[in-house]
Amino acid sequence: MQKLDTLVETASQTAGPYVHIGLMPTYAGNAGYYDEEIGVSPIEEGCEGEIIEITGSVYDGTGWAMRDALIESWQPDAKGVFPGQDGADPKVSGHCRFAADAETGEFTLRTVKPGKVKGRGGVVGAPHISLWVVARGINIGLQTRIYFEDEDNSSDPLLARIEQRPRVETLIAKKTGEGKYRFDIRLQGEGETVFLDI
Amino acid sequence: MKDKGPLIPRNRDAHPVAYDPGYKTSVARSPNLPLLSMESSPSEETGPTFGHGKLGALDNNLILNWTKGAAPAVGERILMHGRVLDENARPVPNTLLEIWQANAGGRYRHKKDTYLAPLDPNFGGCGRTLTDENGYYQFLTIRPGAYPWPNRGNDWRPMHIHISVYGHSFGQRLITQMYFEGDPLIDHCPIAATIKNRAQLDALVAPLDLAHSRPLDYLAYKFDIVLRGRRQSMFENKLEGM
Repeated sequence: MQKLDTLVETASQTAGPYVHIGLMPTYAGNAGYYDEEIGVSPIEEGCEGEIIEITGSVYDGTGWAMRDALIESWQPDAKGVFPGQDGADPKVSGHCRFAADAETGEFTLRTVKPGKVKGRGGVVGAPHISLWVVARGINIGLQTRIYFEDEDNSSDPLLARIEQRPRVETLIAKKTGEGKYRFDIRLQGEGETVFLDI
Repeated sequence: MKDKGPLIPRNRDAHPVAYDPGYKTSVARSPNLPLLSMESSPSEETGPTFGHGKLGALDNNLILNWTKGAAPAVGERILMHGRVLDENARPVPNTLLEIWQANAGGRYRHKKDTYLAPLDPNFGGCGRTLTDENGYYQFLTIRPGAYPWPNRGNDWRPMHIHISVYGHSFGQRLITQMYFEGDPLIDHCPIAATIKNRAQLDALVAPLDLAHSRPLDYLAYKFDIVLRGRRQSMFENKLEGM
């Protein structure tokens, strides 16, 4: 039999308890390690669109707000154009790294509200932000998405794939004020967030 | 823009299991419910890019970068090098690699690490670089020491370097760990053992690479990384909107 000429993806391993040393040196207590850190903010001042703040926690299966998770976000600009694509807002990098506060266990993502994204076959997705969560105890990074309760999510192709309709709510940020949202991530148990394999 | 095709679905059998009681922290941090699988979309097929502008000259030299070149770190001087490829065996050029690690004694420069082994005043423990046009990268560093961790009564991590890779899309995002050839602790490590496919664990073990060692200076270890590829097709059979 012939051999396939494809390779197998490198196996993931947990990011461990000290992930912040490598990815967020200032947070780890090593300010000034690099001249410029990666993913400090997904936007620059003056970008087009509505500036929003999303606050939340990452809870483990016991209901404890984890202090050591690191989250990355990725999103398009206010028009739904991703950085690098034609016509993208040059003041939107779209990428952010953030961590929970060591005291409160809460994170805040300050960004621009993303626009609808056009996908393959003309499918239009509701506005969303992609998240990737790593931490000690998580063997392979968990992917999920933030949608918004004040947007029309009715025809989003991903949300439509969730068979148990009450679980859709786990991906929808709740509005708590003008430009403010709450989005909690529950790794396990009651209200478990929908995680993705995409 | 030409459609480069969806990402090849992840072969989850090639990865560790989420729930593994041998690694205690995974017990309360693993989802109970199945992941939602679907074909990738622009959210996964695009991703951040990083230029050389953000990187400093010593960013991939952990022997010197903590002291900005003033004094070298203590320990076994090594070159860690290799290539980043995708599943289609194509090089992944200009992608960001970041590493972090303990010092030669197994101690991390992190405010939460209280292991009694001392910090090295000349070692910070993190580095970053971009792959070149052939997907090649290199770091100069100190071989990290093994260290104990609070899991079962007497668990010790093998020597390892943590690695974070972007690839060219957010769906390729990967964090893993590189182990060292011949380290007897690998076979006792509950974190390594979360990978149930032995060939996949072996692929995380970097061989000694004497050919790339520099005489009278450093030893080399080779570590290649494979990221997800994209599925290309000449055929488009789906109707618009399906």
